[in-house]
This record gives sequence, structure tokens and C-alpha cells, in this order.
Amino acid sequence: MADLAMAGPAASQDMKTEYMALVRRRRIYSAAMLALFVAFLAAGFNLANDRNAGGFLQGLPKLFDFPAELVSEAIEKAPSLPGNLARYFPALVETLNIAAVATLIGGIAAVMLSLLATRGLARWPRAIPLVRRVMDVMRAIPEVVIALVLIFVLGGGPVPAMIAIVIHTAGALGKLFSEVNENVDLKPVEGLASTGSTWMQRMWLGVIPQVAPNWLSYALLRFEINVRASAILGFVGAGGIGQELRVAISWGTGRYDAAAAIFILLFLTIVTIDQLSSRWRDRLVKGH
Amino acid sequence: MAVADAGFDISVARLDAVRSFRRRRMVACAVPAAILAYLVYVFLAFDVAGLAGRARLDNAAILVADAYSHKVHVSRDARANNKVTVAVEGENKGTYPDKSWPSWVTREGDSTLVALEEGHSVRFDPDAVRFDIPGYGLVEIVPARSGITVDAPGEELPGWINASSARVTVTTSAGRLSVTKTRAEVFRYFGGWELFFFTLDSPFHDRSWAELAGLALSGEEVRPGQSNLSAMLSDFWNNPMWRHRDVAWAIFETILMAFLGTMGAAIVALPLAFLSARNFAPSLPVRFGVRRVFDFLRGVDGLIWTIVLARAFGPGPLTGSLAMLLTDTGTFGKLYSEALENVDNKQIDGVRSTGANTLQRHRFGVMPQVSPVMLSQVLYYLESNTRSATVIGAIVGGGIGLMLTQAIQTQKDWEEVTYYIVLTLVMVSVMDMVSGWLRQKLIGKSASHIVHP
Repeated sequence: MADLAMAGPAASQDMKTEYMALVRRRRIYSAAMLALFVAFLAAGFNLANDRNAGGFLQGLPKLFDFPAELVSEAIEKAPSLPGNLARYFPALVETLNIAAVATLIGGIAAVMLSLLATRGLARWPRAIPLVRRVMDVMRAIPEVVIALVLIFVLGGGPVPAMIAIVIHTAGALGKLFSEVNENVDLKPVEGLASTGSTWMQRMWLGVIPQVAPNWLSYALLRFEINVRASAILGFVGAGGIGQELRVAISWGTGRYDAAAAIFILLFLTIVTIDQLSSRWRDRLVKGH
Repeated sequence: MAVADAGFDISVARLDAVRSFRRRRMVACAVPAAILAYLVYVFLAFDVAGLAGRARLDNAAILVADAYSHKVHVSRDARANNKVTVAVEGENKGTYPDKSWPSWVTREGDSTLVALEEGHSVRFDPDAVRFDIPGYGLVEIVPARSGITVDAPGEELPGWINASSARVTVTTSAGRLSVTKTRAEVFRYFGGWELFFFTLDSPFHDRSWAELAGLALSGEEVRPGQSNLSAMLSDFWNNPMWRHRDVAWAIFETILMAFLGTMGAAIVALPLAFLSARNFAPSLPVRFGVRRVFDFLRGVDGLIWTIVLARAFGPGPLTGSLAMLLTDTGTFGKLYSEALENVDNKQIDGVRSTGANTLQRHRFGVMPQVSPVMLSQVLYYLESNTRSATVIGAIVGGGIGLMLTQAIQTQKDWEEVTYYIVLTLVMVSVMDMVSGWLRQKLIGKSASHIVHP
């Protein structure tokens, strides 16, 4: 401060020009980065367009053909809609069950994994890096890979999809849970340790009450993601509403009323779960 | 404090506490019981018990064995004038030229001798196929038009010889023999992935690393007019068995889909999020409308978008990225608008006090507050979309997802499936690391823990 005052206005002028030069240079860099990014994106879209079977511009006018066909046929056969909705409801329940069981089992596995992967809580601190790598691998394997391999071994149906989603869920939730665990207050754990409690008791009574709301909130979000995943896996052959949808749209032109019913079911389910889980999560995390 | 209250009654308080404990204990028992009941219901609904009957453990064994080993087929075809061929995985692309069979297959006049491990050997004689099994004896199989006859030591055929008049298979730990009326085939298993670098027709096949390095450095051209190094690279790149070039393109296509979908959605969602945030929306109807658009985009789900778009644009990476773009616009819009609703007004007022206009207020008052959150979410989705792009690729017909589903559906090239799985894992892990590194680089450690809400 004193130096600045003594150096006088010339120095401050210098500083100003230097600062402005710095700002200008920074702006040029950001602009260049932005231009590069936009060019990258444009080139990417161009490339994707070239490798696509149909081009973007040729396809654009046809964009609403399929939905229009679907809607018009659904309206034409409107009386069959309730019947179709009822007919595909069991498949929807199967999809939801796959997601729910996978979230449940994956969540329980994630709890164990996350407790074993958190510094200060882990049962075997030396194994922390190992557990973390295991979670990374579980998270990295795309569900469709496991599902397809298991369909080959176990045959089609909901179980391969469920196992695939369980594995991914355990890895993904395990990572999020362990991030929650990092912020745990260790005092209750130490208190419990001083009474000679076992590791399970310390976790059950000292940690879980602190983190349960956050865990539950993440698990709900995961459930929402898993419903979508289980619908998509069905499309690849793992049962549920996705499989019905595949049949309905590949049948040819005659089954669009069924496809419309499935679209409606899927849409309503996802929106409902989305809204409910977002409301419930709000209440869990903010406590009101 | 409670003791000082005039109306405090210790017996009432005790009753309350006891009741509360009882309620908690009931919940503590009811929740696991409910979970268990649900699991039992699903167990029945999914017919898990029946799964044991349907499971094909032999398929699993093939899958595991093929994942790390390969087999070489030696076959004799009566319809092709008893011609004997030696081929890796029985594929045309892996057929050995007649003059350079591996050393364990030898010709003796009209017969062919196939030496297997542990002293086992199979002879294709003109009149019969003879399998010499140490410790058991000679199994003689005579294929005739009327039916195949088996002559084996002992009274009864052991379980590992499966014989009918149309087909005989002998399975031993050293190899497998299968004889039909017109065809005899021996399978010998070897560890590792065969022909991964060079196929048999390449001059570089079956050379050690040192030899290859020597060739790459020496000036003598194996293929005239092309340097050895470039010939090697091109033979590897165009390997017809493993299709490295197609695989690399597929991986790139998958990442491209994820990148375009995520970044496109991030850009589209930004202005829309301003329209739907409570504190920035120009009017209530606009805010309501944009929010419903977000809900719709998210609710329709990637699967349906993929189907609808594939009808218009045909299969390919563009369709996949547009489907992701639409779904994620809804997600980003919602997340962004939540971030915007949480901004601190003091910073905006500060910028306003300098006489800034609306655009400047947004640029200098709002964006610095929300950009770390937004960027973190975008990077998180970039990584997660790489995984989604694999599935969407399987549906929409592009990228590694397509190659993977095709390889799995043919049900025989499990070593290729393994290869693709490994590559997919590496791809996702690399994207995970890149997004984590970028997050730390751009946002700093403090915000790097912001995850998807």
C-alpha cells in the first residue's frame, strides 16, 4: 500500500494498462476457445449427419410423419385404447418391478460398498482403494452389455435386466453414498467405539441416522433413472414394456394403437415418478 | 427447561417416550419385513425358481472359455472330395493355406494326423476316423451312408462319447471330435486371442515382437513399394477378423453421440432455463409453458425419442445424438432453472449499481454464480451419456453398441464380445477421468464434489 502511494500516478497508470492488456488477452483466449468449441460441435454434427442413414434436412419434413400416423391410428381405434392400456399394464408393472428390485438390492449393496470405501469408517482401511476400483468398474459397465450376455446364459426375461441394473446401481450409488459419508460427523462413531461397540453397531447407530435422508434421496433419483433403463433394456430383449413396444412398432402398420397405448403408459409413469420423487427428495433433504 | 414448565407431568412424558420407542421399534421391524415381502413377491413374479431350469450353463461355459481362448478346427468334408481344411475358429478368414499347416497337423498319404495335447491324437483315415485316447484306448468311428458306427473299448460308451447314427461327438480335455455322415471335425483349444494383430495372409503373421521390430527398422521391403512399418500398420488396421478400423470408428461414433447430445442440450437449455426460472421469467404463462416443455421432453424418455427420430432420420449416430439432445434438454433445463432460482441477488445488484444493462447483469452477475454448477452437471452427463450412447447405439444402429449386440446375437464370437466389452469399459473409464479432470481444471476442487442432485 505504502509503495503504491509513493510510486504515484505513473505507476498506477502502468498497472491499469497492464490490467487491461491482461483482460484483453483473457477475452481473446475465451473467444478462441469458444470458437474452437463451436467449430468442433459443428464439425461433429456434420460428421454424424454424414454417417447417418438419412440426412437431417431430408428427415426434418418427415419428423412428424410417424407421430402423426401413430396419433391418427390411435384416434381411429380410440375404443380399443382402454383395452390396450389394460393389456400392457402387466408389462409396465414388470418394468417397474425390475427397476424397484434393482434399486433396492443395488442400494443395499451400495451401502455396504460405500461404508467400506470411506476414510475413517472403513472396516478394512487398506482395502479402500480396492473397493473404490470395484465400484468404478461396476459403474463403468453399460447395463446393456451385462443384460445381453446374461440373456444368452439365462434366457430372456426380467432377471438379466435386473442383475444388469443392480450391478450398475451398486457402483453408481456406492460412489454417491461414499461422498455423503465423507461429510459425516465422526463424534457419534467415536462415542460408540468408546463403549466397545462392533463395526456394524457403529455404522448402524452412528452413521446411518446421519446420512439416511441423503442416501434415500439419491436412491429415489436412481429409481427414476432405473425405470428408464429397464424400459430400454426391455427393448433389447429383457422383458417388460420395452419388449412389448418393440413388438408393437415392428409389427408393421397395424399395431400403432398398441404402440400409442404403450407410449401413454410410459410417459405417464415417468412423469409421475419424476414429480413424486422430486417432491419427496425435496422434503428429505430440506427437511420440510 | 421442561421441569420448569408448570404443566409438566413426568408420567405423561414417560408415556410419550415409551410410545415413541414402541412406534420406532415397530417401524424398525416393519420396514425390513415389507422389503422382504416385496422381494418374495418379485421372486415369484420373475419366476426365479424356474430360472435354474432355463439357465444354459453350457452356454456360460462356452462364453467363458471363448473369452480367453480360441479353437482351431481341422475338418474333413466328404462332399468336398475329402478335402481337409485347418481354420482358426472355422472361419474362412482364418483358414491356413494348404502348404503351411500348423506343425500338429500332418499328412500321411491319404490320411491326416491331428496331434492333440496330453498324447491324444485323431487320424482321419479314408475308411474311418480314429481317436487315440491315452488311458482309454482307440475309438474308431466309421461314417457310412447307412449310419455311423462307433467301436470303442469297454462294454458301454462312457458319458463323454455321445453317439447317434447321425452324429458322434467325443469330448475330452485335450480337444473335441465331431463326426457326421459327411463331415469330421476336430477342435483343439489354445490360449489367447488368435490373429489379433495379423491374419494368416499377412506376411507379418506368426513373427515375434523382436522380428517385427527388426523388420520395421530394416530397409528390406516385405511388400514392395510400401515401407514395412506402414505395411504392418495397414495389415493391423484392416485385420478382417478383428476389424480394428471399424471398432475404432464405432468407439469414436459412440463418444461423438454423447458429446453432441450433451453439449447440444447444454446450449439449447441455457436460454430456456432463464425463461423458466422464477426470478428471471418474463411472465408466469411463459414460465409455466417452458416448464411443461421440459417435463415433456424428459417424460417422453430417450427410448421413445430414439424410435420417433429413427423413423424420420434413419439409423445412425445423428439420430442417437438428437435423441439424447432432446431428453437432456429437459433435464438440463430443470437443473439449470433450479440453479438460477438459487442465485444470490446481492451480486446482481452490485453489477446493476455500476450501470450495467440486462445482458451485462446476466453475464457478470448471474453466470459466475451458476456456471460452476452447470458445468459440473454437463460434465457429469457427458460421462453418463457415453454409457447411454452404447445402449442407444444398439437400438439406433450405430457405434460400439451395434457391434456389441451383433457379436452377441451371432452367439459364437465371444472373444470379439470380450474385446468390445473391454474397449467399452476403457472408453467409459477414460470419459469418466476426462470429465473429472476437466471439472477440477475448470471449476476447482471446491466445486468438484457437486454431483447430480
